[in-house]
Amino acid sequence: MDRFLYLTFDGLSRGAVYAAFALALVLIWRAARIVNFAQGAMAVATAYAGYSVTNATGSYWLGFIVAIVGGLVLGALVERVVMRFVDHSSPLNGVVVALGLVLIIQGVLGMIYGNEFRPAEAPFSRDAFQLGDVALLSRYDLFVFAAVGTVVVLLTLLFTRTSTGLRMRAAAFAPDVSRLLGVPVSGMLTLGWALAAAVGSLAGMLVVPTELGLHPNAMDLLFISAFTAAVVGGLDSPVGAVVGGLIVGLLLTYVSGYLGATVAPMAVLILLVVVLLGRPDGLFSRAKARTA
Amino acid sequence: MTTVTAPEKVTTNRPKRKRLSPLAVVIPAAAVILALTYALPPFRNYQLATVGAYLCVTAGLTVLTGLNGQLSLGHGALMATGAYTLALMQNRFNVLALGILAAVAVTTVVGGVIGLAAARLRGPYLAGLTLAVATVVPSIASTFDTTFNSDQGLTVALEPPPDAITVEQWQAWLCWAGALVTVLVIAYLVRGRFGRDMRAVRDDETAAKLAGIGVARTQVLAFVLSAACAGLAGALFAVLAQSVSPGAFPLTLSLFLVMAVVIGGLGRLSGALIGAVLLVALPEIAHSIAEDAGSQRLEGNLALTFFGVVLVAVMLAAPGGLASLRLKRNKQKGRT
Repeated sequence: MDRFLYLTFDGLSRGAVYAAFALALVLIWRAARIVNFAQGAMAVATAYAGYSVTNATGSYWLGFIVAIVGGLVLGALVERVVMRFVDHSSPLNGVVVALGLVLIIQGVLGMIYGNEFRPAEAPFSRDAFQLGDVALLSRYDLFVFAAVGTVVVLLTLLFTRTSTGLRMRAAAFAPDVSRLLGVPVSGMLTLGWALAAAVGSLAGMLVVPTELGLHPNAMDLLFISAFTAAVVGGLDSPVGAVVGGLIVGLLLTYVSGYLGATVAPMAVLILLVVVLLGRPDGLFSRAKARTA
Repeated sequence: MTTVTAPEKVTTNRPKRKRLSPLAVVIPAAAVILALTYALPPFRNYQLATVGAYLCVTAGLTVLTGLNGQLSLGHGALMATGAYTLALMQNRFNVLALGILAAVAVTTVVGGVIGLAAARLRGPYLAGLTLAVATVVPSIASTFDTTFNSDQGLTVALEPPPDAITVEQWQAWLCWAGALVTVLVIAYLVRGRFGRDMRAVRDDETAAKLAGIGVARTQVLAFVLSAACAGLAGALFAVLAQSVSPGAFPLTLSLFLVMAVVIGGLGRLSGALIGAVLLVALPEIAHSIAEDAGSQRLEGNLALTFFGVVLVAVMLAAPGGLASLRLKRNKQKGRT
């Protein structure tokens, strides 16, 4: 039972990171109808930038801020320079270009930093608090919850309470009408990419200290897990992404804890298959009107 | 997939150019390759063999993605399936033909299972699922380590070739025999009813269904066909390396395969050949540049970057791939 409790808290903390990452995928999907397969690589790139700054200045928080701002810039760049010019008549094209970006980013990172794992320190202790003799949460877990919680609240406020959020939703929902009504649609698209990449960078910064360290391929599994989380929740639903993230985090932690860490990727695959075949629009999709 | 509209559709009001029979291409190709294997030094023969092995999988993948519109990022995993099957069969029976047949058969079955799921999925969902398949290879190898010996992998027992030829020459023959048979089978299938069905499903599923084509059936068959090709390629790679390990089939391999068929030109067997050559040539070029620069970090990473840049550039400038550039030029010549 003690172990179960410990794994549950650990799983929720992991799930929070997946939730943030899935949220980034959902943001881009809602804005541009693209699943950004380069999200993981982009997050690694900003994490490298962040930790370089941290190593140079000795301040974790400076590096943290650099990573997030780097995410904003990288997201905007990717949209402005590459994604804008992709022929979107087929959904495959966006995926293929994103994969090309993955190769470029991983290759460049490998050339600059080398292909070995670089240790990355956490800003807070990862030793769990003890309640009696039961290990529960660590300071770092609390930091993760706080960071992801803040992002979720801020994004909710942005999309539901501000005019910019309303414009972003309008631009995604009906681009032509929005343009006629004076919404800068392409600017909104860039903003969406920038925001999503920043959220992805945050998830990357949060996950790095809990894994082996920084590596150009460090986020491959994170991407799969987050994609699964986004699909579990339904690619269109931010709430679904958060819940999906927590579900995937818990599942992964239980499987690693009870069956062994090597089984975890298979568990993700099985979950993905089950959801895609059983409820491909996600657990939180609303019933669509009949089309035939 | 509008970017890969089949070129022959445009030419309806012009007299149809007589298409070469696949045999008329494959037989001279076989002769050229046979001659090459005698002329080339061993290392080049090995590279030639690698091109042949890659051609098996790119030919299958280009049909799946280009003609049927299904994007698979999991073909590296299917190759691993074929390679491990061959290794296990060889270490038990040591009859190469049997091993290769078993590899193709097992991969066909695995491909059928994935294909059944794939037929219900579209676009990014299918890509995500197959990507997940590609990442579980090391996980499976470590979990069932008594069979697959986790990260170390297995060695492949092989009978030495006859004394008259070198090992590399024999490897080149083997791989190109596989590649040419694959190309021949695919070329005939694609020219016939099956190819038409695949294109119809890709372009408009509803219309295809109305025309009496079994949409799901066609999609599963396309996946199974390309899986069998991947299995053959995997088996050939196991023979080439004389060992199999999860490290030989990383996620990057799956991505490279997609890159190769997209860069070469989706849906065209000539594109698959261009892609297979690039898969061998680009890392080689990157390797020699890295050696000149004396930097270990460039090694490998330069090839990754190359591929990425070429891929993005091709997708933005000529979504039909390199093979379509030549075709477009011909077309313009025809008009003037």
